[in-house]
Amino acid sequence: MSLSRLLERLLQLIPVLLGVSAIAFLMMALTPGDPVQIIIGDQSITPEQEAELRRGLGLDRSLLERFFIFLRNALQFDFGTSYYHRRPVSDVIAERLPATIELSLVALIVALVTAIPLGVLAAIRKNSILDRLATVGSLLGVSLPGFWFGLLLIMLFAVQLQILPVSGRIGYSSEVPTITGFLLIDTLLHRDLAAFGDALRHILLPAITLGLPMTAILMRVTRASMLEVLRQDYVTFADAKGLSRRRVLFRHALKNALIPTVSVAAIETGSLLGGNMIVEAVFGWPGLGRLVVESIFLRNYPLVQAAVLLYAVTYVLLNFVADILYTVLNPRVKL
Amino acid sequence: MTVLLEVTNLRTEFTARAGLVRAVDGVSLQISRGECLGVVGESGSGKSVTFSSIMGLVRPPGHVTQGTIFFDGRDLRGMSAEEMRGVRGRDIAMTMQDALTALNPALTVGEQLAEVLIAHDETLPKGRAARRAAIRDRCVEMLGLVGIPSPDSRLRQYPHEFSGGMRQRIMIAIALACRPKLLIADEPTTALDVTIQAQVLELISDIRGQMGMAVALITHDLGVVAEHCDRVMVMYAGQVVEEGPTDDVISHPRHPYTRGLLASIPRPALRGQPLTPIKGQVPNLMGLAPQCRFHSRCPLAQPDCLVEVPMLSAGPGRRARCLRLEETS
Repeated sequence: MSLSRLLERLLQLIPVLLGVSAIAFLMMALTPGDPVQIIIGDQSITPEQEAELRRGLGLDRSLLERFFIFLRNALQFDFGTSYYHRRPVSDVIAERLPATIELSLVALIVALVTAIPLGVLAAIRKNSILDRLATVGSLLGVSLPGFWFGLLLIMLFAVQLQILPVSGRIGYSSEVPTITGFLLIDTLLHRDLAAFGDALRHILLPAITLGLPMTAILMRVTRASMLEVLRQDYVTFADAKGLSRRRVLFRHALKNALIPTVSVAAIETGSLLGGNMIVEAVFGWPGLGRLVVESIFLRNYPLVQAAVLLYAVTYVLLNFVADILYTVLNPRVKL
Repeated sequence: MTVLLEVTNLRTEFTARAGLVRAVDGVSLQISRGECLGVVGESGSGKSVTFSSIMGLVRPPGHVTQGTIFFDGRDLRGMSAEEMRGVRGRDIAMTMQDALTALNPALTVGEQLAEVLIAHDETLPKGRAARRAAIRDRCVEMLGLVGIPSPDSRLRQYPHEFSGGMRQRIMIAIALACRPKLLIADEPTTALDVTIQAQVLELISDIRGQMGMAVALITHDLGVVAEHCDRVMVMYAGQVVEEGPTDDVISHPRHPYTRGLLASIPRPALRGQPLTPIKGQVPNLMGLAPQCRFHSRCPLAQPDCLVEVPMLSAGPGRRARCLRLEETS
């Protein structure tokens, strides 16, 4: 894909992002209740004082003006002050974000490394016991609620077998000074293998829980597209060339079969963010999802607004990545 | 001429939900070294399945259930899957009907050409750089051989960047990369324009002469057979019904089906007159009774045709599966 096409495609993101910002802004602006009244509460103040307060908060300006101010601030990652933490929203989010990204990435990896081989195997051995098990398993995977599956995992591995921890990112005994905020990376940077193992054991169950629906979906996509590809003439022709089974399956068939899988994976990664809220709550994972849930209950609007914007932007960007990957993998498509 | 491929009494069956389909039933054939055999028949007559069976490419629910296949003195049916992979692409190569679907859209033409050499060619040098250079040279040489202009730069391109005729040439280049002893060309011209058809057939004939390889040309175009093939084999409903030297069979067909096929070809001399089609339908291949499969459509059919008819001698080098041969002599 040419650079100009890429730029064109990036420019197309701007209206989408503007729309998303508008929704995030309006969510706050149109919520019932006057923030000034909430701040005043039961205190008695003069109308002059109230007007002063309103001006101080910028609420005396028109909705449109306020939107542009919001945009300008958002571009500088300034989302105001978290009512609850009494610190800039961006700082609070930045603190929690690495935990969530780490969990999502591990969930994505878990999903990819189980779904693709399973999907390929199920397709090669169509109608075998393995295929049937995988199909039933994927049905369960999409239909099991994450909080319930997470609790089952906790009961089995943490309570019954006691081989994995119940919650948290790392044991209390481990002390890892923050470098990147990603514990799996920081522990390695400190060459603290024990802490790395501990962090890995902590992330395993939440990552599996978070990745389960995605695993199920990706497995089905891979199986279906692999079955489709295996019927193609070019696979027969590859066989007629006397290539090894491995080369026919992986180089000829899988390379084509993965095109839909990768696109779906990129888009589904966005849905991991939504699943995060539940999984983080179940496993006591100190990430963004839990922060957002807490903030919703506390009516901590600036933080919720920033998080919504962050989720939306991530989702839009992931779709963009999906498009790019699709063209990279599929030489016939030009953006 | 020595025999290169000898197939005896081949049977290939497909298990369908409704029953067993005998797609190939008792096919015997021979191809000599350097010979071009034309295989003619309508869709579903079993010509493609016969050659897929020979290459060991029939996939479940299909199975070769009977017969022997000897190639160059080796028993192909007795070979393991691994041994067959060593024969395919090296000794027996195949081109498919439509190069657009037969070439992998996600791999460059160069890679698809190089991988055959890597799989089969033991003469390639061992050193990494020398090996790469040798493979590249061979790929360029092959694309040049089939008439692709500036082959050097086109190796990096993908199949969709070539025209239909070019793709067909590329597929032929891939098939011929290891200089096979037998090329199975499955309807090489069906997907092409008439002008390109002639070029592609000419190319196959030329290379056949240069390499001395045998060709099995599967087609439903008797004109192509007349022009390019030494011998012809006509198939109907999973069986060979007539075979012999091309000129003899075309000028003097003995089986009523071959006669019907030839009569249904439009001829400039008969412009304005209606064509003579073969009446009726091809029989359902499921659960066929052991009797002449053409009798329901045959103008010469008699009650005694309702028996299993063997291939009978029909003149020097010719055989036909018909009891009424004296009426067609």
